[in-house]
Amino acid sequence: MDALTSTAVASRGRPRHWRLAAFARDRAAVLSAALLLVVVVACIAAPLITSVGPYAADDSLRYASPLTSGYLLGTDQQGRDELARLLWGGRVSLAVGVVPTLCASAIGLALGMAAGLARGLLDGIIMRTLDVLFAFPIVLFAIALAGAMTPGINTEIISITIVLIPYIGRLARTAAMEVAAMPYIEAARAAGGSPLEIARRYVFPNVLSPVLVYATTLMGLMIVVGSGLSFLGLGVQPPTADWGAMVADGRIVLNIAPHVTLIPGIAILAVSLAFNFLGDGLRDALDPRTGRRSRAA
Amino acid sequence: MSRFLISRLGSVIPVMFGVSVVVFLLMQLAPGDVATALLGPQATVAAKEALRHALGLDRPLPVQYGVWLTHAVRGDFGVSIATQEPVMDLVLPRFLNTLVLTFSSLLLAILIGYPVGIFAALRSQTVFDRGAMAVTLLLGSTPPYWLGLLLVLLFALRLHWLPVSGMYDIAGNGGLGDLLRHLILPAITTALGPAAIITRMVRASVRDALSRPHVRVARAKGLPRRRLLRRHVLRNALPPVITITGLQLGYLVGGALLTEVVFDWPGLGSLLYTSITARDLPVVQATTLLIGLCFVLANIVVDLINVLLDPRLQEG
Repeated sequence: MDALTSTAVASRGRPRHWRLAAFARDRAAVLSAALLLVVVVACIAAPLITSVGPYAADDSLRYASPLTSGYLLGTDQQGRDELARLLWGGRVSLAVGVVPTLCASAIGLALGMAAGLARGLLDGIIMRTLDVLFAFPIVLFAIALAGAMTPGINTEIISITIVLIPYIGRLARTAAMEVAAMPYIEAARAAGGSPLEIARRYVFPNVLSPVLVYATTLMGLMIVVGSGLSFLGLGVQPPTADWGAMVADGRIVLNIAPHVTLIPGIAILAVSLAFNFLGDGLRDALDPRTGRRSRAA
Repeated sequence: MSRFLISRLGSVIPVMFGVSVVVFLLMQLAPGDVATALLGPQATVAAKEALRHALGLDRPLPVQYGVWLTHAVRGDFGVSIATQEPVMDLVLPRFLNTLVLTFSSLLLAILIGYPVGIFAALRSQTVFDRGAMAVTLLLGSTPPYWLGLLLVLLFALRLHWLPVSGMYDIAGNGGLGDLLRHLILPAITTALGPAAIITRMVRASVRDALSRPHVRVARAKGLPRRRLLRRHVLRNALPPVITITGLQLGYLVGGALLTEVVFDWPGLGSLLYTSITARDLPVVQATTLLIGLCFVLANIVVDLINVLLDPRLQEG
């Protein structure tokens, strides 16, 4: 892939470091990338950071407020360490935001490129099918899909993947059609390149960058949507922690111990915002021609 | 106009057909067996077989779909597994309550988004503009259900200004005032996210319209500011804004579903939630189909409004 990208870059006469420099100039994007890195590392290293596990309940210390000694972020209604649950739960929440977006990007990219390059009947079949999936509001469709299956992390990942495919598929198709109309594609065809080879070497790298940018922004939104599914009890089951499920746990004790609800919500908000900024930075770096577009959901 | 409407409606029929197929297939995703769910785990194999035959579950899938569709078109989605009531009797009153919440939220989102967006575009790069953009960015990434809980904590539990949940007071007279008091927090919760996106879109669209040459000419001509805005700027900025507002409907409905659960609002969202928990699939199917169809129709309405505003779009 690296070789392919650099060929594409070279063909547009744009040296690679130029892009890195553009990204580095965007302070919000760099800060966001740093924040996400810290969050990911902290979640992976959870056992090293907290001495207590996410399930260890201390009956004598329920509803402890943040900054209580030994419990930086306090404890919940069962006396479990909020920090431990936040870090362990982050593994699930991040996975639910990132994995489905990557899966849907791969599937959507393949479908969109096939539709955009083949046109005709195949295009019609793929796009009409995606139109049907588009007809459902995204959260409703995810809830209905997850609700029909057995609750769990796989259910969450599968349902969010299905929901996202039409969005990425449509974007990839438009991008593939734009690229296919370029003179260099015609030249490649005239030079005797097979359709598959042209798709792989010239179309794919150029379709990949808009999809990557879009996918990064979507990851932020999907962490919110995924946490919503968990909030409804459609995701991981108790006692496993997950940010959405933690908000739901805190709901019962909202008045006596608001921090149980507040902390996981702030985590969702911060990570989702960071993905948004990162997506903006990537867009500016990968495609300087388009200025900052306003965000759409 | 009518030709546009007919062709637009025509293009919707295959989509609606597809939507019904997807909703029917939802049932097939469900683990476990309907006969076992209805008769309980102690039922004999013969009894389950007999029930499956009576329900038509032993027939091929396309035949089952055909039977289901012919009933669904007539508004018959069978009987709720949990309550044994006809599904439609459960769904329809809830549907009205969801409409109340969705429309008041949409109205609120427009009432916030349009003026703030226009003002931010006119006062570009001022403190107001930057502040508004920062707030919208924050709201756009906030989980709606969490925002709802924060509002409950502040305005209901701590300040005691507004009720925590429900649609009417049990002891109340069920009047409009009571309804509005219960509506405020859920409507704000549902509206803020879409309002944030609408604000950004209105701002971008108005800024774009302001930079066009005809506006510069009109300004040079000495046209009064108010007239310039109304006739030359807003009129051009409106169509993309309306499309985006229409697109927000889906986001809004999704947010409303979660908001209903937070506030115990007796609408389709809380019904969906309880029927998923009870594995009451006929109700899940009916709810999903109903919202899906409304969403498709709402998109046609958005197209129509746009064509009315800008007849050039009819050709496209």
